[in-house]
Order: sequence, then C-alpha cells, then structure tokens
Amino acid sequence: MDFTDSPEEAAYRAKARAWLEENAPKYAVKRGAAMEDDESHDDMARGKAWQATKAAAGYAQITWPKEWGGAGGTPMQAVIFGQEEARFGVGFGYFTIGLGMCVPTVMAFADEATKTRFVGPALRGEEIWCQLFSEPSGGSDVAAARTRAVRDGDDWIINGQKVWTSGAHYSDFGIVLVRTNPDAPKHKGLTMFWIDMKSPGIEVRPIHQMSGGSNFNEVYFTDVRVKDSQRLGAVDDGWKVSLVTLMNERLAVGGGTGIDYSMILKLARELKTDQGTALGDQAFREKLADWYVQSEGLKFTRFRTMTALSRGQTPGPESSIGKIIAANQLQELSNAAVELEDQYGIIDDAELAPLSAAFQGGLLSAPGLRIAGGTDEILKNIIAERVLGLPGDIRVDKDVPFKDMPTGR
Amino acid sequence: MNFDYSDDQKFLKDEARKFLEAECTPARVRAVLDDAARSYDEGLWAKVAAQGWLGAAIPEAHGGLGLGHIELCAIAEELGRVCAPIPFASTVYFLAEALLLAGSEAQKAEWLPRIAAGEVIGAFATAEGPGAVSAAGLQAKVEGGKLTGTKVPVTDGDVAGVAVVLAKEGAQPGLFLVDLNGPGVARETLKTLDPTRGAARLTFTGAPAERLGGPGEGLALAEQVMDRAAVLIAFEQVGGADRCLIMAKDYALERYAFGRVIASYQAIKHKLADIYVKNELARSNAYYGAWALNAGAAELPIAASAARVAASDAFWFASKENVQTHGGMGFTWEVDCHLYYRRSRQLSLVAGAPRVWKERLVSHLERRNAA
Repeated sequence: MDFTDSPEEAAYRAKARAWLEENAPKYAVKRGAAMEDDESHDDMARGKAWQATKAAAGYAQITWPKEWGGAGGTPMQAVIFGQEEARFGVGFGYFTIGLGMCVPTVMAFADEATKTRFVGPALRGEEIWCQLFSEPSGGSDVAAARTRAVRDGDDWIINGQKVWTSGAHYSDFGIVLVRTNPDAPKHKGLTMFWIDMKSPGIEVRPIHQMSGGSNFNEVYFTDVRVKDSQRLGAVDDGWKVSLVTLMNERLAVGGGTGIDYSMILKLARELKTDQGTALGDQAFREKLADWYVQSEGLKFTRFRTMTALSRGQTPGPESSIGKIIAANQLQELSNAAVELEDQYGIIDDAELAPLSAAFQGGLLSAPGLRIAGGTDEILKNIIAERVLGLPGDIRVDKDVPFKDMPTGR
Repeated sequence: MNFDYSDDQKFLKDEARKFLEAECTPARVRAVLDDAARSYDEGLWAKVAAQGWLGAAIPEAHGGLGLGHIELCAIAEELGRVCAPIPFASTVYFLAEALLLAGSEAQKAEWLPRIAAGEVIGAFATAEGPGAVSAAGLQAKVEGGKLTGTKVPVTDGDVAGVAVVLAKEGAQPGLFLVDLNGPGVARETLKTLDPTRGAARLTFTGAPAERLGGPGEGLALAEQVMDRAAVLIAFEQVGGADRCLIMAKDYALERYAFGRVIASYQAIKHKLADIYVKNELARSNAYYGAWALNAGAAELPIAASAARVAASDAFWFASKENVQTHGGMGFTWEVDCHLYYRRSRQLSLVAGAPRVWKERLVSHLERRNAA
C-alpha cells in the first residue's frame, strides 16, 4: 500500500516527462484542462497546435490502436501522461468530447472511408466534434429525444432542438441522436448520425447560465439534410449506439473543482475576529475537518481507481461518487466561505472579493456541477443499481409507443 | 500506483473472513450479548490467538508473525465485519502498539511474546469520567512507583491482565504499565452501550506501576498510541459499515411493501447509495492511514485523524440507516442491526470522540498550512 509507480509506469512517466520537457510550449499562464478554455481565437489556435504536436508523437490518444494514430497504450499510461501534461500546464478541453466520445463512436460504426476521412483530422486537432444528445424534453432521460428525422430518398431531414451542447459554437462536426420511429417504444425508435455543423438549417445559440457564463449551447435544426450514409448503426438502433458513446466517456480520474479545504483555511486565517481569526471558531473548525476528510477521501479514492487500472482491472461505476461529493462540497464550502466574509460576502468582483471572488464563483457554478454529466439523483441511482445491484425503477414508458407518451412541460 | 492491499494481503484477508464467518457467527456474538456475566468469547479468543493474529505486527524476535501493519489492518477490517466479541483492540492496537512504540527492550521481551501467544489481555486506561481526557483534569498519580487513582471507563478492564495507564508523576503525565492482577487494584464491571465488549472502573490504591517511555512523555505518547489505534479501529469501523450496507441491501431486496420490494423505491436506493459513498470515502481515508502507519510517516497524526473522523461518520450513518431500512424488525432484539449500532458507538468513543479528533486534525492542518 503506497503511491509509487510500478517499474514500467515509472519508465513511462520518465519518457513522457522527457518528451514534454522537449516539446511542451511555455505559456504565460499554466492551464489545467477542460472548462478553463477561454475560447478566444488565440487560445483555440494554441490548443490546436499542441494537439497536432501530441498527435505526431503518438500522445494524442494513447489508448487508441497505432493504425489510427494512437500508441496502443494502456489506460494507466494515458492517466500518467495526463498528470504530467497538467504539471506542464498545457491541458486543453476542446478535444475531450470529440476524441473521448464522438470519434470512438464513428470508429465503431462507420465504414472505412468515413473513418479514414475523420479520425486523423480529429486526432490532430484540425476538426472539433460535439455530442448532440440532450434535449429540452430529456435531460436525465436521454432516450426521450424528440428531434425528428424523416427519410427522404437517400437523405434524412432533421427538425428539432438539442440543448446543453458543449462546444457546438466552435465544433466542425457532431453526432446527433434523433427520433426516426415515433410509433415504437422510446428506446426502439432512435437513430444516430454524424453531422456537419456547418449544414444549412443548423443554428447554434449560447445558453446564458445562472453563473453568468456561457459554456453550453442550444442547437436548433430546421430542415437539416443528412445523407443516409452518415448513419451510425442501423435505423432505429441509435440507443445501442449512444450507449457505446457514453461508455467511452473519459475515465474520471482528473482533479477536483479547484476549490478545496485549503482555500477556506487560508481565508479563515486572514479574517480577524475579537477572539483572533475566524479559524479560531470551533463550529468552523469542525466543518473544516469534514471538508478535509471529504477532499482527501476523494483524492485517495482516485488513487484506488488508478491502482485498479495499474493492475489491469477495469474500474467500475464506483467513480460516480467523485462528482456527487465534489459538486456538493463546492456548493457547501463556497457558501460557508461567503458567510465567513459576512456582509462583504455579497461582493462578486474579482478585484475586491477575497481570493479573486473564487468562492462567489463556486457558489454560482456549483448548481450546474450538481446537474451536468448526471445529476446527483441519477448518480445515486447508478450506484444503487450498478454497484449495489438494486432493481431499476419501474418504467411506465417501456412498452408504450413514443408518440403516445405523456409529455408535460 | 499501488494504493490497495497486495495480492498476499488480500489472500490473508479472505482467509480471515472465511475463518471468522465460521468461528464468529452472529450466534456466538449474541452469546456474549445475552450473558451479563461474560464480556468476551474465550473460545474465539483462543482460536484467534492460534491463528497468530495477535502477533501479526509483532516482530518475530518477540514471538509475533512479523508481518506489517497493513496485514493487521486487513485483519481488523474482518473483525469489524463480524462484530467480534473479543478484546483484540485493547490488547493489540493499544497495549502491543504502546509497547512497540515506547517499551524498553526488557518490557517488550516481557510482554510482547505473551500478547502474541494470547496469554495476556491488555487495556488502555486514560479516561477518569465524563468529558475528553485533558492534562489539567488528570487526577491519577504515581509516587515512588505506586499508582493511586480511578480510571473509568476502561474497555476490557474487567478481563485485562495488564493496563497502560495515563497518570501524573510529579507535575507531568506519564504512561505506566500496571499488572491488574497485582496488589492495589480493584475492578468493577460496568454496564455499557455495547455488551459484546466489556468495560470496568479500575481503582488503584498503591498499585505497582512501571513507567513506559520517558518521564513527562505521557500525553505525547498517549497521542501517538491513539494515532496508531485510530487507524486500526478505522478498519474495524469500515468492516462494520460495509456489513451494515450488505445487511440493509439484503433485507431491502427481500422485503415487500405496496406490492414490490422496498429496494425498488428511490427513498431506499438513495439511502443505500449515501451509505456506499460514505463507506468508500472512509475506506480511502483508512488506506491513507494504513500507509502512514506502516511507513512510519510524519503525516500519521493527520492521516489517523482523517481516518478516524471518516470511519466514525460512515459506521454511525450505516448502522443507524441499517436499522431504519429494516423498519420495525430493525428495532427488535432478535435482529442483528443493533449489534452494529452499538458497536459503532463503542468504536467511535473508545479512542476519543470524533469531535476531539476533528480538532486534532485541524490543529495539525493549521500548523502544516501555516506557510
């Protein structure tokens, strides 16, 4: 029981680090990955250039087979490279969804010519992909998609709306899940297509989030034409295809939310009270202990997941606990910090608020984190059903033709 | 990354589980629960000693198996899973660890082989009444090698042969070894929350006491012993909490209400998911504690505190929600839920309550993050 690499892992880490020393660009500001992209033209250009450098050396998708530009490596090697890349501050999130979910779906279901056309450019960062699954009618219930595709000769014509699409505004291509048979029960009438995001009839509108930012989009489809050859998998078999996409979801062994116990400890130490500092408050100290135990517990749970990878095992859905804890802690800890600031806590200005208003930012973004990528409630269902083996919920929509299902709002 | 039991340790753990499933059935635990005259299972104790577990972390030179502390953690987890009614923690986590930490060569040579052989039961006596142990409140004292004072409660004090006692010597607290079968010792068995574990009031009137470690080191040593015990107890707590989750799950899958198994209701599913999440966080923190203990790392006070806080929280939550999931049946004496509910309280209190450990954790963090 320790934290050391196996000899093979240590050798790989040394190799990756040497390569990064040699090749990683030195940006003024260190970068993590995902969510931190500033999406400016320059940032995107830097991201694409770095992706191309990695692809040329076989570091872009380490676990992919060599014939598709990967390195035929292990998941553990991918984790190690990711850790080292983060140390060099050169992580970009633009390619995560495409290379982690969309392109593997294309690789699993498209013909050779299509694969040859798309895999290389995506790997090299020349083309970016997005995933068009969620709809206003189905957030947690992805199979309730209503966006319609109707056959027209060799084409299909798509009408409807997708939502919460990350990166749709800068993506070149996407995979889209649509309803092709409303007479069948909901899981049996869906079909998957790849789509050119520049197709006539596609309109991308950014969503203005409660946190003020716009990380996601609504995507409207008005008579958008796709060829039948863009279909991934059989007609009405899209649900099975989507499961392959979701299975490829990147293994969540990354970092936390950026706010942890040490930041609120720092804040409390700086806030003077009659008795000394806020850190002297007994009620606060007890909460701080709980946050520490949660933060560290999560970190060590990730280490256990990595250990399973290192031993050649497949980590299970246990990793679902990570987001539940991290998102709720972000919310509670940010709120406690804002309350610690007392009246001043209402100030949400990076120039004025302590720690560049990180806690105010955390408070306003935490509700999104509790929902995105599986709500707390869905994740608890996943733990209950897939980890503990409890029965699935009673499905009243299983055998009902989709068109007859009650829809409500 | 190698942050888990090794294959050999997993094998040991599996063997321990099989052994305990056969030898420490709920009926055996209940035999102690239901007999006020018994505070542990003598037969099980002898068999556990024969397995060599009492000396798992004791060096071979002193009659132990000379395995590491990770192996002891693996055994602890399995003992916790079955709610073992034996004075294992008092003897191994407290007495043997105190000797390994602070004992002279002569003291180790005298006691460790007897501990490993199952010939002596230990106890750790610090408390003197309600409230957390403090230097200021300490009344027991040693003068001229004789101990006077009262320790209450002392877990396993009713059956122990030797106790490690915290007492003042002059103005400074020290740790002392006291032969409980010698002169000047009176014991009174106490009624406790967890009758599968015994406890006593020990009254000392000039009992011979031999110092363990240097003069005036008592509080510092007691804290170090507690750190070690906290990690090992955390594994018992994790084992117990896991067992509660399985009990709740199994019951929920069998019990029907309103025409379907109660395990199909989200109120139950989410409750069990919450237990699972807490148990996993507790396990991860406990592993860190095990690493720190085994490696003799400087991080041990923080790691032990975190392990104890997380495991206490997880076992408490799992044990109470296990009763709740069982409904009315969970409240009966016949169903085993209350064994774990009781044991969760015993384990959370025996090495000092979580509140104390949270403060200890934060004060260490405060120092570490001072820069």
